[in-house]
Amino acid sequence: MALIELIDLYKTYYIGDIDVPVLKGITLTIEHGELVALMGASGSGKSTLMNILGCLDRPTSGQYWLDGEEASGLTGDQRAMVRNRKIGFVFQSFNLLARTSALENVMMPLSYTAVHLSDREARDRAQKALTLVGLSDREHHHPSQLSGGQQQRVAIARALINDPPLLFADEPTGNLDSHTSEEVLQMFEKLNREKGITIILVTHDAGIAQHARRIIHIKDGLIEGPGQAVPAPAGAAGAGGKR
Amino acid sequence: MKILRTVNTALRALRRNPMRAFLTTLGIVIGVGAVIAMMEIGEGSSAVLKKQIASLGANNLIVLPGAAASTGVSFGGGTSTTLTPQDCVAIIRDCPAIRAGAPIVRVRGQVVYGNKNWVPNTISGTTPEFLNVRDWTELTDGEMFGDRDVANANRVCVVGQTIVRELFGGISPVKARAQIRIQNVAFTVVGVLSSKGANMMGMDQDDVILAPWTTVKFRMSGTAASATAASAASASSDTSSAVNSLSDLYPSKSVALYPTPSAIQAADTPVPVRFTNVDQVLVAARSAPEIPTAIDQMTDLLRERHRINLAMGEVDDFNIRDMTEMTKMLSSTTTLMTNLLLGVALISLIVGGVGIMNIMLVSVTERTREIGLRMAVGARSRDIMRQFLVEAVVLCLVGGALGIALGVGGSILVTALLHWPVQTSPTAIILAVVVSAAVGILFGFYPAWRASRLDPIEALRYE
Ligand SMILES: Nc1ncnc2c1ncn2[C@@H]1O[C@H](COP(=O)(O)OP(=O)(O)O)[C@@H](O)[C@H]1O
Ligand SMILES: [Mg+2]
Repeated sequence: MALIELIDLYKTYYIGDIDVPVLKGITLTIEHGELVALMGASGSGKSTLMNILGCLDRPTSGQYWLDGEEASGLTGDQRAMVRNRKIGFVFQSFNLLARTSALENVMMPLSYTAVHLSDREARDRAQKALTLVGLSDREHHHPSQLSGGQQQRVAIARALINDPPLLFADEPTGNLDSHTSEEVLQMFEKLNREKGITIILVTHDAGIAQHARRIIHIKDGLIEGPGQAVPAPAGAAGAGGKR
Repeated sequence: MKILRTVNTALRALRRNPMRAFLTTLGIVIGVGAVIAMMEIGEGSSAVLKKQIASLGANNLIVLPGAAASTGVSFGGGTSTTLTPQDCVAIIRDCPAIRAGAPIVRVRGQVVYGNKNWVPNTISGTTPEFLNVRDWTELTDGEMFGDRDVANANRVCVVGQTIVRELFGGISPVKARAQIRIQNVAFTVVGVLSSKGANMMGMDQDDVILAPWTTVKFRMSGTAASATAASAASASSDTSSAVNSLSDLYPSKSVALYPTPSAIQAADTPVPVRFTNVDQVLVAARSAPEIPTAIDQMTDLLRERHRINLAMGEVDDFNIRDMTEMTKMLSSTTTLMTNLLLGVALISLIVGGVGIMNIMLVSVTERTREIGLRMAVGARSRDIMRQFLVEAVVLCLVGGALGIALGVGGSILVTALLHWPVQTSPTAIILAVVVSAAVGILFGFYPAWRASRLDPIEALRYE
């Protein structure tokens, strides 16, 4: 069973009387363990699609099967639960809480999920996540005391704290220089390779998309090219690990 | 557990901007502080006021014997002779709403000391408890006569300030062990009462002489019940004539109209021994609100003791009087004070609450991205709602705590500097905590609701 299955998905925004169709019939399958790049020009609907995939938004029509569950009809609270258990987000602008230590930033999602955890256990988990992104020596630093790349790695650690099978990154390197971009992208690759996390990278940069094993091109609200036609045998379940 | 963690998160959020948090809650701090200080000062002065009014006799009740009547002619209130000192003892013992009580025997007459004479307003025979009943325990000199003086009918008395002025020229008679004559019976002055001034009717309360009621009853002629006393104990009439040095001048021995009965005759027709009666019993209720209870308890007790069967058509042989007017004044003063404070409290807390709401709204707008992020990582709208509500409540509670400290500190300062009476009020503190939490919930609700209604995508995109 595929992790993500989209069938004829539409998303239309309504601004007053004007309809703004953004996604116009997307059909797409993503398997467990894939590292996918979602590519397209600015304004092509990448973020819109990611928001729907990430259960932040609902499609206007069409089906969205996430991990064998129909997700397009969920209520707000149910979507929150899904985001909580299955999905991690990394944003272009990091979105860390200011004046809050890296450790506490990473722990933050636990206050909505792992209520059963003691403070100690929560702390341990956050420390582990920080170690995973190589920032174990920066737990008490505030975002303002960290470089852009480090901030993004804290954000990645935060996304990983609930052990989600699926990670979305919307232009994760948009605010970083090329060197740190490389660092962050390697981090994604490592997570995908070692932990089997399915990662969907949203980007408009072909160079960054190169890090993915499969590239899905989106243009004018439609998927074009082989990404749509070929269901990516190479990316299936981390079988092809050599690049 | 969960709420604890939310409180923790809220504290952390507040700590990110402590100055702003403090300024936000300043309204609550000042409001609660003002309320606490006013409550404490108000309660202090109200306690003093209560005490003053109580010393006027607001809590006092007077038990009078009822009206005697003969062939349909009533002799007016206080003329029956059914109220006894034992009634007084029983009232003190059996009525929980009564704080203290004393029997009173009244007499009027001229008082002579040296070459001066005076007719005091009141000469009362009573017990030492009388001063306690009247909240008049301070003596300027000497001391009150004791229970033994009452038991032995000793000829001692304490006098009021007016007596000291009129008879002794303002010099305390205690040291000199001055003797005054009341109706030709010599009394040693053992104490001088403190000044109490005029009562509400304009009667000089210092124009008074207090003596043991037994002395007044049994050693002085002219009291209403001397005849009774004589018949009750023939010995006492003997002592009465024996101690009264002037009784030889004015012999009170009556002419024997009837032949003295022989012992056998006396045994055949025993004279019914009656209890000595008193003119009134003065009691003090524990507090003004307990006065009605006290009246009920005394009524029941006296009906039982006097064997009055209302069902048989018998009427009470006693009256109980209270100082309704004074009590009303007392309660209206305190109600006014409480209402005033409540009004001030309400206004200041509303002002504080609006401040909280204002800053919480700003905070929600400012933290839109944070809210979006929290939603993205799985916070449900009710989680967001709770977080902001808890934040507002925590803010208010911290403000309330600071306010309590400020208020208590303020009232301590007031006592230290102005010597105003202050009373710590646990009710006010509990009230302050509850009210500030309520203000937090009330005024934090709208901002929290706004936060919980945010769309995560738009919130994340918010600049
Ligand atoms: N909330 C919205 N209301 C109306 N139009 C929107 C909204 N969000 C996005 N759009 C429109 O949808 C299109 C795709 O946006 P987006 O998915 O953000 O593009 P990108 O590929 O750059 O991430 C854009 O033309 C944008 O104007
Ligand atoms: Mg975008």
